[in-house]
Formats: sequence, C-alpha cells, structure tokens
Amino acid sequence: MRRDAHTFGILFLSTFKLSAFTFGGGYVIIPLMRKQFVDRLGWLEEQEMLDLTAIAQSSPGPIAVNAAILLGYRVAGVPGALVTMLGTVIPPLVILSVISLFYDAFRSNPIISRVMKGMQAGVAAVIFDVVLTMAGQIIGRKRAVPIVTLAGAFIASWFFDVHILLILLACALIGLAQWRADTKKGASA
Amino acid sequence: MIYWQLLWSFFQIGLFSIGGGYAAMPLIQHQVVEVHPWLTLTEFTDIVTLSQMTPGPIAINSATFVGMRIAGVSGALVATAGCVLPSCVIALLLAWVYYRYRSLSAIQGVLGGVRPAVVAMIASAGLSILLLALFGSEAINLSMVDLRALGLFLAALASLRIFKPDPIWVMAGAGVLGGILYSL
Repeated sequence: MRRDAHTFGILFLSTFKLSAFTFGGGYVIIPLMRKQFVDRLGWLEEQEMLDLTAIAQSSPGPIAVNAAILLGYRVAGVPGALVTMLGTVIPPLVILSVISLFYDAFRSNPIISRVMKGMQAGVAAVIFDVVLTMAGQIIGRKRAVPIVTLAGAFIASWFFDVHILLILLACALIGLAQWRADTKKGASA
Repeated sequence: MIYWQLLWSFFQIGLFSIGGGYAAMPLIQHQVVEVHPWLTLTEFTDIVTLSQMTPGPIAINSATFVGMRIAGVSGALVATAGCVLPSCVIALLLAWVYYRYRSLSAIQGVLGGVRPAVVAMIASAGLSILLLALFGSEAINLSMVDLRALGLFLAALASLRIFKPDPIWVMAGAGVLGGILYSL
C-alpha cells in the first residue's frame, strides 16, 4: 500500500482528469480507468479491474464514484478512497454549477453542441478499443464457458434489456457451478 | 431546513440507484419533480440531456444542478454529498470484503463467471453511445447515418489501436474535429 504525497497526487489528478472527460456517466469511465491504472501505471491487474467493476456495478450509487472509491482503496486505503472520490466528484460539481448559472445560453450554443457531437464519436472509439482488447483476452483462452457467457450476457442486455444486476447474478451462479464441477473433477481424478 | 431536505432526497437517490446510469433516472425524477417541487418536468428532461453532454454521473449532475437552483453553492455541495454518502460507505465495505476473501476458490469461481459479463456490459454501453453518435438515437436507420461521426469514430479507433495514445487526447481531438466538421 502506498501512502505518500506523490501517490495521492497521482490518484487525485488521474481521477480528476478521467471524470472531467467522461461524458454520459456509467460504464464509460471504466475503460478509461483501466487504461490509466492497468496499462499506464500498472497499479492494478486486468482481472482485478474487472472484479472492481462488478463490485462497483452491484453497490448503490453512481458507478464512476463507486469504481473510483474501490480503486483509491486498493492503492492507498481509506484516505486513497477519499482522494479518488473527491477527484471524481469535483469536475461534474464545478461544471454543473457553472452550467446552472448559464443554463439558457449554454443550451442554445451551436458550437458547444458540435464539439459535444464530435466527442461522442471519440468516446465510442475509446470504449470499443478497450472492449476489443478485453474480449480478445477472453476469447484467446479458448474456454467455452466464458465465451458463451460473454455472448449471452451481451445478447441479454442489448436485445432483451435484462436488468444488469440479474445478468451479473446469473453469471455469478454460472461461475459457482463451474467451480463446483471443477473441484469435483479434481477430487475424483 | 432546505439543506436537510436536499441531503435526505439525494441520499435516497444515491442509496437506491443500483446499476448506475439510467437506473437512477426515475428515482431522481420522483424526488425532484414529484416529492419536492424543485424542477419542472421540462427542466428535468433538460438535466438528462445536459448529463449526456457534460462529464459526470447523472445523479451527481442533477444533485449539483438542483442544489444550485434551490440554495446556491452550499445547496449544490449538500446535495452532492448526500448523493455520494451511500457509495462511500457501501463500496468501501465491499472493497474490504473483496480484498479479504478474494483468494477463496469459491469466490474465484464466482468472479470468473462475472468477468465476461462485465466485458459484455461495457460493450453494450459502448454500442449505445456509438449508435447515438451515428444516428442521433438508438434506432438504426442506414439512410440517416451521420458520415462525419462515422469518420471520426473510425479515425479515433484506428489511432487508438495503432498509436496507443492517452485516450483523453483522442476525445479532445474528436471534439475539436467535430466542432470544425459540423460547422462546414
């Protein structure tokens, strides 16, 4: 666990930057966090990031805030969690405060809406980049159950609008069944 | 008094919006339009739109916006604090449990089952943003495809795969290019 000023500084600046550029909230911030903390800083493992995402998803409140708290806790304990929480909350807090003052002008500004439209395409590209990498790793291991789970979860959520928590619960049960099957196999062999 | 109401309303929103994003929307509407006369339905709809155009989770955005309108800066701070309080407590508790017990093989099994689903969720969130960028809504209509957005998306994706830059620059670049392209 790191608890020096330098680490807290990086934690705050990273989450602040990510939060300031994460449009639309929700899952969008996860690929960005992964890039920063797994790829660039190497503070977390790939698997850990996915686990933290699942936890952030299953606990109440905004996913971005939850994920930041979990990340901060992982790197530097409770003080780290407070730092990343503030880093995540301050950008929208400041931006929305300003917007609420200039609400009418902002709403009708054509240049702002064009820039936003462009950024939307950029955000979609960032998410696809990360999804390609992560799905590639799962498919690359060539085990049937995870690949089927990946496809099934996507179909359930995209085509049938199944609630995300139900999907996670079902997949947790699949994982548990797989684990029981594996341990039985191990015991008999 | 008004601070207490703001804190309590957004505390409930933070506590009950499990699943994030749009799962929080009906709860927010209930609290700020129906229970309290803080926003009109039109203003609430504007918040949802603004939330798509600005950074940050919709719950935080609406907490700040409503707090600001009702009681100025201190109102915004109180409402936002109420909104993240449940997250702080519960996420920290879960983090502690995770790092204490994650080496158990049963937990490993459960997490192994959940991981592919998380990737699928991210993919599906990405797809809805892409469709919004390409078609202006989630309805696919091939004759209505926004070619500028398609070009921006492909260029951004290619540069990410090939040069692996910091994604922030890709998004900022897409914003600037979008500002230029859509003005032509």
